[in-house]
Amino acid sequence: MIQKPVISATEAAAKVRDGDVLMVGGFISCGSPQTIIQALKDKGTKNMTLICNDTAAHDLKTGKITGVGHLVAGRQFKKIIASHIGLNQETQRQLNAGETDVVLVPQGTLAERVRAGGVGLGGVLTPTGLGTEVEHGKQVITVGDRLFLLELPLKADVAIIKAKKADRAGNLVYAATARNFNPLMAMAASLVIAEAEEIVEVGDIDPNEVHTPSIFVDFLVKAERLEW
Amino acid sequence: MEYVANKDIIAKRIARIFKSGDVVNLGIGLPTLVGNYVPEDVTLILQSENGMLGLGPAPAKGEENWDLTNAGSSPVTIRPGGCYFDSATSFGIIRGGHVDYTVLGVLEVDQEGNLANYKIPGKMVPGMGGAMDLTAGSRVVIAATLHFEPSGASRLKRRCTLPLTAVRQVNLVVTDLGLFEVMGDRFFLREYFEHYTPEWIKARTDVEIIIPNDCRAATFT
Repeated sequence: MIQKPVISATEAAAKVRDGDVLMVGGFISCGSPQTIIQALKDKGTKNMTLICNDTAAHDLKTGKITGVGHLVAGRQFKKIIASHIGLNQETQRQLNAGETDVVLVPQGTLAERVRAGGVGLGGVLTPTGLGTEVEHGKQVITVGDRLFLLELPLKADVAIIKAKKADRAGNLVYAATARNFNPLMAMAASLVIAEAEEIVEVGDIDPNEVHTPSIFVDFLVKAERLEW
Repeated sequence: MEYVANKDIIAKRIARIFKSGDVVNLGIGLPTLVGNYVPEDVTLILQSENGMLGLGPAPAKGEENWDLTNAGSSPVTIRPGGCYFDSATSFGIIRGGHVDYTVLGVLEVDQEGNLANYKIPGKMVPGMGGAMDLTAGSRVVIAATLHFEPSGASRLKRRCTLPLTAVRQVNLVVTDLGLFEVMGDRFFLREYFEHYTPEWIKARTDVEIIIPNDCRAATFT
């Protein structure tokens, strides 16, 4: 089995270019690739588009920031596509001030759009958001006697995701609710960098236990930072 | 008669709605309180949209597993028989009609069954998270809210003015005054709580409220 390169977080960050569309796994920092996020903050990559469930947390009063919120605080995104920004006051501030283009997408729709991007679908038909602001500018399609919104696929230049365990082939296993968007994003980006807490040899993960098949993963990074 | 805001009474009443085996999603905030009052002989399967069935109570201090959280990022536990899945499966469960009840918080709810709870334009924009999928897909949508805003205005409206989370999808509204069913563009007061009377409630809520003959008083310990 071909082995995937294990690279440093700094090397991983160097693979993300200014202006890239970046998918980041995790759900309010649970299952977020914190080591690579820190390297991206240190590198200062700019004008990216973020696709992430949420923008983690940023309390403007206490100054406490978590996860991908560090990149929002560093003004590294020109556009943010997320389902929830309620715990990140800085994202809301940038939205209200017109500084950053923030597109709110229902969480299930976001998951399906990312999935569609990864699995070769031209979009998905969903009843979610009918009659709300989410419908604006979208095609409404009737199937039988029901209405659906046509939601288009999302793809990225780079996805950075987080696993509990990886083998050198790139097979991934996630822990508990840290799975969330990670396996979907692993399929939807041109370049996929997986940060794992444990990296084991090929054959050390039971094929029955694999959540993300090896072929989706291009590079591995050993997780050094679990909370941020 | 004086109004004293009471979140626990809302949670207590909603907790009595379910039967064993129901798949239930409780929103963050007030809806989460419902879990504290589910009768001991009722076993629910709690769904958490970040990817779990069998959501259990918070762990003891020092026993937190930060890979195991609820949709509000608080550490939780999982009950025996529970399982984890990715976000696409989670919302397949939700959108596919496999959740029996969803309980959500409210900014405004109206007599047409519309719900607004994700945005006050220019002011507060938390985002809809999973709420639009939950209201679109769940079998029964329960809106849980204090009856009055801090200003004294009723959160039950003739027509929501804020951007909608859900269009004509709310089935039940439980406030700290009573339990309302939304039907035919009106609120049917099914139960009134504690010392409030249907007349007192109706006089302070500028919406179409029907008081059916079998409207009854409910008390809580």
